[in-house]
Amino acid sequence: MNFTNDIDELKEISRRMRIDILKMLHKSGSGHPGGSLSCVDFLVALYFSKLDHSPARGKRDKRDKFVLSKGHAAPALYSVLAEAGYFDKDELWTLRQLKSSLSGHPHALSTPGVEITTGSLGQGLSQANGIALADRLNGHDSNVYCVIGDGENQEGQIWEAAMTAAHYKLGGMIVFLDNNDLQIDGHLRDVMSIYPIKEKWEAFGWHLEEIDGHDFGQIFEAIENAKKEKEKPSLIWGHTVKGKGVSFMEGLAKWHGVVPSDEELKTALKELAPAGK
Amino acid sequence: MAEQLALREYYGKTIVELGETNKDIVVLDADLSGSTKTSMFAKKFPDRFFNMGVAEQNLIGTASGLAAGGKIPFASTFSIFASGRAWEQVRQAVCYPRQNVKIVATHGGITVGPDGPSHQATEDVSLMRSIPNMNVVVPADAYETAAAVRRAAEYNGPVFIRLARGKFPVIYDESKTYSFGKADFLKKGSGLSIIACGLMVSIAMEAAEILENDGESVSVINMSSIKPLDKEAVLTAARETGAIVTAEEHSIIGGLGSAVAETVCEDEPVPVVRVGVRDMFCSSGSAEELLECYHLDSKSIVEAGRKALSLKRPTG
Ligand SMILES: Cc1ncc(C[n+]2csc(CCOP(=O)(O)OP(=O)(O)O)c2C)c(N)n1
Ligand SMILES: [Mg+2]
Repeated sequence: MNFTNDIDELKEISRRMRIDILKMLHKSGSGHPGGSLSCVDFLVALYFSKLDHSPARGKRDKRDKFVLSKGHAAPALYSVLAEAGYFDKDELWTLRQLKSSLSGHPHALSTPGVEITTGSLGQGLSQANGIALADRLNGHDSNVYCVIGDGENQEGQIWEAAMTAAHYKLGGMIVFLDNNDLQIDGHLRDVMSIYPIKEKWEAFGWHLEEIDGHDFGQIFEAIENAKKEKEKPSLIWGHTVKGKGVSFMEGLAKWHGVVPSDEELKTALKELAPAGK
Repeated sequence: MAEQLALREYYGKTIVELGETNKDIVVLDADLSGSTKTSMFAKKFPDRFFNMGVAEQNLIGTASGLAAGGKIPFASTFSIFASGRAWEQVRQAVCYPRQNVKIVATHGGITVGPDGPSHQATEDVSLMRSIPNMNVVVPADAYETAAAVRRAAEYNGPVFIRLARGKFPVIYDESKTYSFGKADFLKKGSGLSIIACGLMVSIAMEAAEILENDGESVSVINMSSIKPLDKEAVLTAARETGAIVTAEEHSIIGGLGSAVAETVCEDEPVPVVRVGVRDMFCSSGSAEELLECYHLDSKSIVEAGRKALSLKRPTG
């Protein structure tokens, strides 16, 4: 696997990951496209550029770690892990099937490269904190990255964990808030507002970076700024589009947990075909 | 009367001992460190102690992350909160991924006393026992507590140890060792078996004495390992005595009594009469008052014993 800082290369990887995500979901017949497509750019920026990792390194080795707290975006994580060489790409087409190594939501005991078992929203950030505390005790100044959903941000445990990361000065903690502004029942402002985001997280003692969550240049800059924070944990508040990359899915709550039909897949893949083809 | 020692005191002492030699041991609490006795560890090893504040879900989640990072976390709070408030965290973040987390929950059962039902965990064993990969221990005295805590630290996987607030009569001594899934026959008889855990083990011994004075022959089994249950011991008791009483400081639903009845029903049907809290919220009061009021005393075990004996099928 090659790391790159070239934005065009990363965009190209993201394009291919989006195709894998849609194909996986189409094959499995169930799962979550909207939230997978909204966070995959951040995962690509990590796994192919910013995350200090490799499939060869063991659990206890010094390395950066990643926790997908919004576990329903598992297809995004699986596509990236396969691409990064954690397991064979053919596995992707077994998603959600009986005895597959790719469970409906990430499970550390089933899938190589999955650090933390998630799926029940609100729990991943506490575990990311625990990993960061263990890193500190082990003398590893690594980074722990975590992705949370904006709907997930309504969970009380997220705020318990937010308090904890600031209290224990976990400066290596870098959290991406996937602010696609949608949850299952609709827009956050209609279901349960989490706004204002900046004021809340800053009041909890976090450093905050506000970006376009699909812009690799901005993602890089935000990560670099976050890394400079030695005591404050950082929240990268990413404005994203649910269903990003597939025109008929973008910005619609109904694509949260519905997979494309044969026809819809065809249309989507056409949209995602490389330019000029 | 036997010497009385507080289980949580021995928990505190034991994690300090373990912490001296094993630097991977870390301890977490949720603003109850003085009560759970994790404060002893906090004082000795402040860098390896993490107070999570009043946030039990986060307590269990953070412990899980520390385990993922190679540490051996002991997480403590009152049993009602560890097993209740954080149940789903225990399921998702500890048991499902089989993280090496030890939950040592104090103030289980009704002997919490005057704090009342809000603090009396009478469903904790049931809640923990139903989760795959979990080991559930309800020690009978302070020495068994220390032994179970030492064993939990060696074992790789989730463990829930349920302690109580008060002091328990001493049954064992410092040489006590603990194995998961291993019951202890404290007394062997031929007519009736009393299978107990926690404080009820000492009370079962008193009940056995009363029954023996009446000419009965009684086994008393300390089933501190609720999960894995020592099925062999249960079946031996069923075969050899043909009647069983269970006794626990817990609801009769889902705890030791249920576990024993499940085993007996499937493999060696004999009468099982359960002594425990009878599906109700109790009251405030002193531990002694509560045990008597809610029929968790030797008299109630004796009555249950007589009932079990009367239900026994005639042999031959
Ligand atoms: C604790 C918990 N409650 C409910 C659910 C069901 N659920 C799955 S996704 C979701 C909405 C999440 O919204 P958000 O975090 O915004 O996800 P995204 O928009 O990124 O897909 C819900 C309620 C869950 N997985 N976990
Ligand atoms: Mg959302």
